[in-house]
Amino acid sequence: MSNNENILIKMSNAGIFKNDKWLVKDVSLEIQKGKIVTIIGPNGSGKSTTAKIALGLFKKINGHVDRHTNKISYVPQKVLIDWTLPLRVIDFMTLTQDLESDEVKYALNLTGVEHLMSRNIRELSGGEFQRVLLARAIAKKPELLVLDEPVQGVDFAGEVALYALIKKISETLNCGILLISHDLHVVMSATDYVVCLNGHVCCSGSPVDVAKDKNYKELFGERSSQLLSIYEHDHDHVHTADGNIEKNEN
Amino acid sequence: MLDDFLIRALLAGIGIALVTGPLGCFVVWRRMSFFGDTLSHSALLGVLLSVAFNLNISLTIFAVSSLIALILLRLQKTTNLPNDALLGLLSHSALAVGMVVLGFLSFIRFDIMGLLFGDILSVNVYDLLAIWIGGAFILLVLWYIWKPLFASTVNYELAEAEGMNPERVNAIFTILLAALIAISIKMVGLLLITGMLIIPTTMARNLSNNPKKMVILSIIGGLLSVFIGLYTSFEINTSSGPTIVVVALILFILSLVGIRKKNYG
Repeated sequence: MSNNENILIKMSNAGIFKNDKWLVKDVSLEIQKGKIVTIIGPNGSGKSTTAKIALGLFKKINGHVDRHTNKISYVPQKVLIDWTLPLRVIDFMTLTQDLESDEVKYALNLTGVEHLMSRNIRELSGGEFQRVLLARAIAKKPELLVLDEPVQGVDFAGEVALYALIKKISETLNCGILLISHDLHVVMSATDYVVCLNGHVCCSGSPVDVAKDKNYKELFGERSSQLLSIYEHDHDHVHTADGNIEKNEN
Repeated sequence: MLDDFLIRALLAGIGIALVTGPLGCFVVWRRMSFFGDTLSHSALLGVLLSVAFNLNISLTIFAVSSLIALILLRLQKTTNLPNDALLGLLSHSALAVGMVVLGFLSFIRFDIMGLLFGDILSVNVYDLLAIWIGGAFILLVLWYIWKPLFASTVNYELAEAEGMNPERVNAIFTILLAALIAISIKMVGLLLITGMLIIPTTMARNLSNNPKKMVILSIIGGLLSVFIGLYTSFEINTSSGPTIVVVALILFILSLVGIRKKNYG
């Protein structure tokens, strides 16, 4: 990983020390334009914390974070919309940004949920809501997209479709993506660089290298490295969250 | 015309309803109705201090309520106590301290009922000025911080990650609430301000499917409550504050008829 002009964010030995313990320690990684960096790790391994360090949500951190962009969009792990707040998809799209109506349409169209524009957020299914979250995040064409477990509550077919969508977003918008996940299997195939986290960086590299790493095998078990091969084959189609089948463009 | 107390009361009520509508929506969305109570309870202390030291009543209430609000924000950061416990602590402490101070001020004749439930007869031209100038200022600031405040209401970290400053707008919003309580206490009374904030808003929620509509409807609900409430209280000789709140309650009950399931998603 080189080419300085394309670097959006660079973390060097970043960490958080809070209440007498390290939440996460010595994380170094860089995200470049058009690349997907995935952080995997078990629960409580500091994945979300690392994402928040990258986003600059902590005032006091150890180590360094160099941010070369301020066009950052974030999809948090949990977005709960209180029932007291009536919110349509269109209201949600313009939450932190002013958008032209064709920008809204373009983004919703890209994630395949244009038809939901005037629906209430709370009426949406899990998969639909995740697509709306993604659409909101990409509407202003960010340079960096931080996705914290973006396929939560989505069934397996929907998961595959969403990861394909994320891949498509990174190609269409040429933005860097920091993706957080605890499910290794699907995610590994759609990633350029994997950071395996367990309080610190266990191992990192291309998906194939990480799958061979003995630390990775220790953390996730021997079978996990075989999982990758299952998903390495080429799909000629994808299943979208609403049950349709789309031809794969690759 | 301003000599007529009913006209003055009406102008005061309109001014207050215009502000409680949008502020009330945020109070409900952010689940802060107990916070409104805490601030208004602390207003008792403000009133007493203003009487004891002969200070401007609205400014003193504003200062004391803001102080309590800032103490709360500080305690939220430095302790691990849950929010409702902190609110209860501040709310009842402020009320108790206020009553103890009242004991020291036995030489002052004091209309405690008027303070608790509002007194339209006492609304004078200076109060009107405080309501309209203060109210305009509150709405102006709210307009200015609307976007970041709304975004951080929906999701704090998302707003922060995308370059807004939720901590600052939250603090500003808190101060705005303190200001509202300062200007409306004479009219509605300190026990009922929260009702004025949230009842028209909950009515509006029943009839809205988007935030803008909810704000507009809660302003309309507040205005209707003021018009009908003041007229009724004048006709049947009841206290203004409670009557306005009762009208708001009736509007809420009526809105239940118009409730459509799709508004709740």
